[in-house]
Amino acid sequence: MNKLRTNPAISSLLMVSPLAAVLLIFLVLPIVLIVIVSFWQASEFSIIPAFEFDNYAFLFGSPVTYTVFFNTFKYALITWACTLVIGFTVAYYLAFHIRTLTWQIALFLLCTIPFWTSNIIRMISWIPFLGRNGIANSTLMSWGVIDEPIEWLLFSDFAVILAFVHLYTLFMVVPIFNTMMRIDKSLIEAARDAGANGAQILWNVIIPLTKPGIMIGTIFVVTLVMGDFITVRFMSGSQSANVGRLISNDIALLQYPSASATAIVLLLTVLITIGILLRFVDIRKEL
Amino acid sequence: MKLKALLVPATNGVSVSNQDLELVSVTKRYGATVAVDAINYRFKSDSYTCLLGPSGCGKSSTLRMIAGHESVSDGSIVLDGRDISHLPPAQRGTAMMFQSYALFPHLSVLDNVAFSLKMKGVETAIRHAEAHEMLALVDLTALADRLPDQLSGGQQQRVALARALITRPQVLLLDEPLSALDPFLRIRMRGELRKLQKELGISFIHVTHGQDEALALADEIIVMNNAVIEQAGPARDVFNAPQTQFVAQFMGGHNVVALPDGYFAIRTDAVSVTDPIQGAVEGNVTAVEYQGTHVTLSARITGDQDVLALIPDTTFFANPHHPGDRIGLHWDASDQHKLTA
Repeated sequence: MNKLRTNPAISSLLMVSPLAAVLLIFLVLPIVLIVIVSFWQASEFSIIPAFEFDNYAFLFGSPVTYTVFFNTFKYALITWACTLVIGFTVAYYLAFHIRTLTWQIALFLLCTIPFWTSNIIRMISWIPFLGRNGIANSTLMSWGVIDEPIEWLLFSDFAVILAFVHLYTLFMVVPIFNTMMRIDKSLIEAARDAGANGAQILWNVIIPLTKPGIMIGTIFVVTLVMGDFITVRFMSGSQSANVGRLISNDIALLQYPSASATAIVLLLTVLITIGILLRFVDIRKEL
Repeated sequence: MKLKALLVPATNGVSVSNQDLELVSVTKRYGATVAVDAINYRFKSDSYTCLLGPSGCGKSSTLRMIAGHESVSDGSIVLDGRDISHLPPAQRGTAMMFQSYALFPHLSVLDNVAFSLKMKGVETAIRHAEAHEMLALVDLTALADRLPDQLSGGQQQRVALARALITRPQVLLLDEPLSALDPFLRIRMRGELRKLQKELGISFIHVTHGQDEALALADEIIVMNNAVIEQAGPARDVFNAPQTQFVAQFMGGHNVVALPDGYFAIRTDAVSVTDPIQGAVEGNVTAVEYQGTHVTLSARITGDQDVLALIPDTTFFANPHHPGDRIGLHWDASDQHKLTA
């Protein structure tokens, strides 16, 4: 036993094993299982272990797949753009306009209060607001801005993206705020000393130095949106689909092999997207 | 303009240099606290001036007001005949070198130096050429493509210097520029700063809390304490003839002694040891410290005052004293400077 403990190779192996075990059991193993199942065969009644490319062939052969992937990217891109603009603005305000740390922390906590309730509740709470006879429509009508209710407020792509932005903006605020707080304030004075105006400081100093935070926020938002299915279902009123819904429909129909194949393709797509994003910015400093 | 003309002493009214920087009852308040209390000073042109004082004395606030990074609560700052108190930093004719250098970590050395030209919209080729010239001045041509992180402290400081100088300032403001360096480098860099100031022929205003740094560098020293200028003048005058107890103690090398007609500052190296009766005062030796080139002898005189005497080692060892010995301490009347406060 003592020998075991003093042997550096074994002791370091023991030290990494808990995390390795957790990752193996809860990450690697499920993915491996999904990969295996994605090659199985399925009929209406049964699932047969096999090694066939039928599921993938069907997936890539169906025009629905491309529409749905396109939709997924569209949601991700628009949500990303909106959360970036809002997130950057909020983080900038918190980091550079609020002078005292107490207020910074207080306002930052304020941003997190919506997260004390569940995703679903926050999403559903939009429904009475946006609905045909909802608060938004009735208010606009009472003001005389519109004569009849706007139909596209709820159960539309607009509603889906609105909910996404609402749900995920904080994931953009936090990393950007974190990076901004690390920017030495004297850099801004130095820029001003060199004659830079507000816009030039933003473009030449703050944005370049905030890039890692922006990139981390981007990864959060893109992966969350691309993997989501419930928001799309609720907010589009089942009228739009993304890849997540494709998978969830397959599961509902007990088509596990087909769901697995779609999941694998989605996983690879997300990984490739992140891989491309990481080419642009080095986030190691932030970790 | 008028204000400045009024403030120029009559004896000095013949030739007024244009490049003078002048503070006219400049005040800085933060709420109820006064950080800088109505200070007046006229900086000599083309000179090296040190703002010296303990932390919190208002020296940094003064420098930052001159630079334009702190608003002036009251009074005005006049440079080159124009009131610059409310101009943005870049339009003042000053440039600042920051304490931690504040180099842009995402830009190469060359782009850091060329930053202010980029802000002015100067073309890439031209601004890079000019930045290269500046880098040559501070001897950093070889490192132009490095990032600040890849430089040593001394090199970073020179980049900061080049970046400040490329704006062609009339006055260069340095905020504790040497404090981030190790002692060896500090001494080397202060030599370079002094040399550069002479070569460029512009004014340097340097904030420091180290009196040795101030003495080594400055033509003029401004000693600040509690938001006001305690004493200002040529380095030798400030050291040799302190006017207040604070200056005498802060500059070091002085005894502050209470004599029947008031407080006096006497340089420790002006005090010599004699026989008990012959000296100006009598005392008992309390400690003797050998310090190589000289010996520091402390003695307690009447009124429980400690007096230090810095004695050349050969003189001391020709007639050594030990703790407990009764001795006399002597100094020339001309070495005795009356203190006003």
